[in-house]
Amino acid sequence: MLLQRPCAWLIALAIAAFALTPLIGDDVELRESLLLAAVYITLASNLNIMLGYCGYINFGSIVFFGLGGYICVYLTSERAWPLVAAALGAGIAVSFLALLFGLGILRLRGPFFALATIGVNEAVQAFVANFEPWGGSSGVYISTELFQPLGGPGRALWVIYFLLVAVMGLSLYLSYAIKCSKFGLGLLAIGQNEDAAAVLGVPTPLFKAIAYCLSAFLPAVAGGLYFFKAAFIQPSDAFDLGLSTEAIVIVMLGGQGTITGPALGAYLYEEMRGWLLTSDTFSNFQLVIAGALLLIIVLFAPGGLMGWIHERWPRLRRVLE
Amino acid sequence: MKALLEIDGLTKRFGGLQAVDRLGFVVENGEILGLIGPNGAGKSTVFNLINGVMAPDSGRIRFRGIDITGKSPFYVARLGLARTHQIVQPFATMTVLENCKVGACFGHENLALGRARKAAEEACALVGLDDRVTMLASQLTIAGKKRLELARALSARPHLLLLDEVLAGLNPTEIEHMVTVIRGIRARGVAILLIEHLMQAIMNLSDRIIVLNSGQKLAEGKPVEIAANPAVIEAYLGDPSLAASIAIEMPP
Repeated sequence: MLLQRPCAWLIALAIAAFALTPLIGDDVELRESLLLAAVYITLASNLNIMLGYCGYINFGSIVFFGLGGYICVYLTSERAWPLVAAALGAGIAVSFLALLFGLGILRLRGPFFALATIGVNEAVQAFVANFEPWGGSSGVYISTELFQPLGGPGRALWVIYFLLVAVMGLSLYLSYAIKCSKFGLGLLAIGQNEDAAAVLGVPTPLFKAIAYCLSAFLPAVAGGLYFFKAAFIQPSDAFDLGLSTEAIVIVMLGGQGTITGPALGAYLYEEMRGWLLTSDTFSNFQLVIAGALLLIIVLFAPGGLMGWIHERWPRLRRVLE
Repeated sequence: MKALLEIDGLTKRFGGLQAVDRLGFVVENGEILGLIGPNGAGKSTVFNLINGVMAPDSGRIRFRGIDITGKSPFYVARLGLARTHQIVQPFATMTVLENCKVGACFGHENLALGRARKAAEEACALVGLDDRVTMLASQLTIAGKKRLELARALSARPHLLLLDEVLAGLNPTEIEHMVTVIRGIRARGVAILLIEHLMQAIMNLSDRIIVLNSGQKLAEGKPVEIAANPAVIEAYLGDPSLAASIAIEMPP
């Protein structure tokens, strides 16, 4: 039933395009750019479950990514787990932590919830920065020997890239499956009017906690793969609030609450970022643009690109969900 | 046979204000019970206490024999108690049908998506929204939104429906239609507890009426008895001649 809708095929097409285009001509530069895009799409799609579906602004969603990175680095280098097992283990551990955090902070609403999510991120960052077994504030390096089981450093980068594309694809399918389900209907109702949803019988605390927990899993797996590939992780990179904010801009740009929107937004944003970085006027210039962009979207097009497209061509609503 | 809803000694204070004071009444299966009283008498608070939006300070509420005092709204909804809001609360950017599907999916029957769609369509047809199911809720007129509130509550196929001023703000034609709809709902065996300011409508619809004043039960009885009750005329209607005119208009 899930495969009957055009959106499912669009997702499959995107995954195929990501997997195949850098293979043609062995284009490493394109691969690196698409890898970042895949990470952005993963972060944005999962953020969208909270932001777009439930209407809860998670400013600290990057904590899942960073914590996933740390746990995966720890499991591979200290415990000698294979990469895939370590990344999945990181995902499960972070989801469990998210459930605990969620049960606490999901009692808050609106701006108070947003503040609490920043607090969670800052607290975890402060903890890790002072946690000597994980290298404290100077971080941890991974020995390149760990790339050997994946076929040496050159091949390992390709393997990790394909794994990240898979995680991106799973993120999109997760968003899609939730939206088509009864659970998703409940989340959308919470996003529109939480009190009315509860009066109609939606078990709001449970649903919000599950959504928060689900939205933590794949970003943590992606963080594990990403920081393993980088072979280095430190608190200021892992828990970078800038990246959290960028994820919000991406979701708003593409269209909150839609499945294809965050993916489109992430791709466009990554393209823009690459273009701005090559201009080299000053570093992190993309954040200036991101801020301005967010302001314009919130003021003039709260539905983002997809919202605008849906309004202009209502027939496309069924295709570009 | 036990009553559908039994309320006993219900009390709620907001700071210095005694909103509901040792209130007790029952709603029988299949009846329409009217709840009237001047502004601030505590009618909406009683609704909020029954469906779990607020917890009472003391007192007991039993629904279908189960104690629901202080239980959460979604638990109460699942047991088969649905309500509408005085100020409409639609899911604005969802369609009319999706709004009703939420009620059908998570309410009393806990239906799967496919069957929820059917229940939602039935509810829309019952309130006369069947020609607007694909519209966004935000595009409806105020009368349309009131009907949507009702349709959404009905989609759950509840045992008891709490209606909070569903007629307020409607024009005479719309009121007439809504009264027919409410009668239709009762004909399906759903009991209704009704708050309404429109005297004629509530006197016409209700099997029994309870009058609240300052959170206390002032009177209880058949509409004719209520309209003739001196204490009610004094406290609520204020003007005895208005009361007399209502009494005359009552159907025999």
